[in-house]
Amino acid sequence: MNGLVLLIRRDLKLAYRGGTDAAMAVVFFILAATLFPFGVGPDPDILPRIGGGVIWVVALLAAMLSLERMFSADYEDGSLEQFVLSPLPMVLVALAKIIAHWLTTGVLLLVAAPVLAVFYNLPGSAFVPLIVSMLLGTPTLSLIGAIGAALTLGARRSGVLISLLVLPLYIPVLIFGALVVDGALAGREFGGLLMVLGGFLLLALAAAPWATAAALRQAIE
Amino acid sequence: MLHRFANPNRFSRLAATMLPWVATGTVILFVVGLYFALFASPADYQQGESVRIMYVHVPAAWVALACYTFIALMSGVSLIWKHPLADIAARSAAPLGAGFTVIVLATGSLWGKPTWGTWWVWDARLTSVLVLLFLYLGHISLTHAFDNPARGAKAAAILALVGFVNIPIIKFSVDWWNTLHQPASLTRLDGPAIDPSMLTPLLLMGVAFSLYFVTMLLVRMRADLAASKARALRLRAAE
Repeated sequence: MNGLVLLIRRDLKLAYRGGTDAAMAVVFFILAATLFPFGVGPDPDILPRIGGGVIWVVALLAAMLSLERMFSADYEDGSLEQFVLSPLPMVLVALAKIIAHWLTTGVLLLVAAPVLAVFYNLPGSAFVPLIVSMLLGTPTLSLIGAIGAALTLGARRSGVLISLLVLPLYIPVLIFGALVVDGALAGREFGGLLMVLGGFLLLALAAAPWATAAALRQAIE
Repeated sequence: MLHRFANPNRFSRLAATMLPWVATGTVILFVVGLYFALFASPADYQQGESVRIMYVHVPAAWVALACYTFIALMSGVSLIWKHPLADIAARSAAPLGAGFTVIVLATGSLWGKPTWGTWWVWDARLTSVLVLLFLYLGHISLTHAFDNPARGAKAAAILALVGFVNIPIIKFSVDWWNTLHQPASLTRLDGPAIDPSMLTPLLLMGVAFSLYFVTMLLVRMRADLAASKARALRLRAAE
């Protein structure tokens, strides 16, 4: 357990010292979301209707963009081999990297989401559902993404490959995440949808660290 | 049993003796099945002649799902027992499955235009089959993304097992969600809700598609084995 915390702290420190690297995902998040009003027109009736979906799609892409560097630095400089040799189980290593990834992207996306909600004229009643749905959904994105990132270590064109592997698996999170915001806008009950998102999170938490650990182990064989 | 066929040469010989039989069976069943599907079965009272698309669409969907299940099973065998043929089987089956999935989407779209009035709807079953196609494409590209083929096989095996969660979602999507796609008509507790005159061609085509899959799988696996043998010979000649 101590190793887990140490590993997370190390990754956070690396991300902090790396400076702009971690912030790129958030910059992309905001930048990509501001493209849509130019594309569909700044009609104040349309924007709130598509807002929830757009924010979720862009959050998905931003989370995916940062996946590639999740393990690649450790893979290239040999730290990953040291992790395998260390007494810390690989599952915990994978879990630590996933938590660190969520803290450096998912949390930042959460912080930036209200800004985008303002851009899209979302009514105040939709703010909390958006944040809660992202709070439940973004860890799932990091969990599923870790599998894709670990599988493509050392592959040719790994960036494109990650998107092909990970985006299909992201779709359920996107569907229910966007439905929560939609439901809140229409004044429908959305507690059940949040529970589905929570279910996805638990399911991913139960499976993804093990799949990631298996993928990491075969990557350095 | 599992280890008896771990020897590629033994498998190759067995596949060579099986191939003519399976191939002949495929041709016969396709001829009989297509005759029943196109001539000896009635047109639907609502859909008219376009119901005949179903005799291609539904069997292709069965095989597309079964093929992914097969790949997941082979991936498990490969990861657990390191069976040398399992990787080859998974690698050979993936493009076939992708092909069947394309057939499902294309025929479904052709059937949807006259019946539903649209080529495509974003409904649960259609979307999840589209995801299945992406999973197949991801599996194929991951297999070939590494300079070391063994790496690709292992990575693809893990992906296949992770992606397997989609299969029950596809199968039950029509029962769980209220969608445009009709619910299951065959695997129901109260027996198939389909007339025998239409069930016969459907089942015949189902067996024909499955045999076609087996035939192509054997051909592709033999080709894969031959290719690796050729590669080994070339390497030895270069030394």
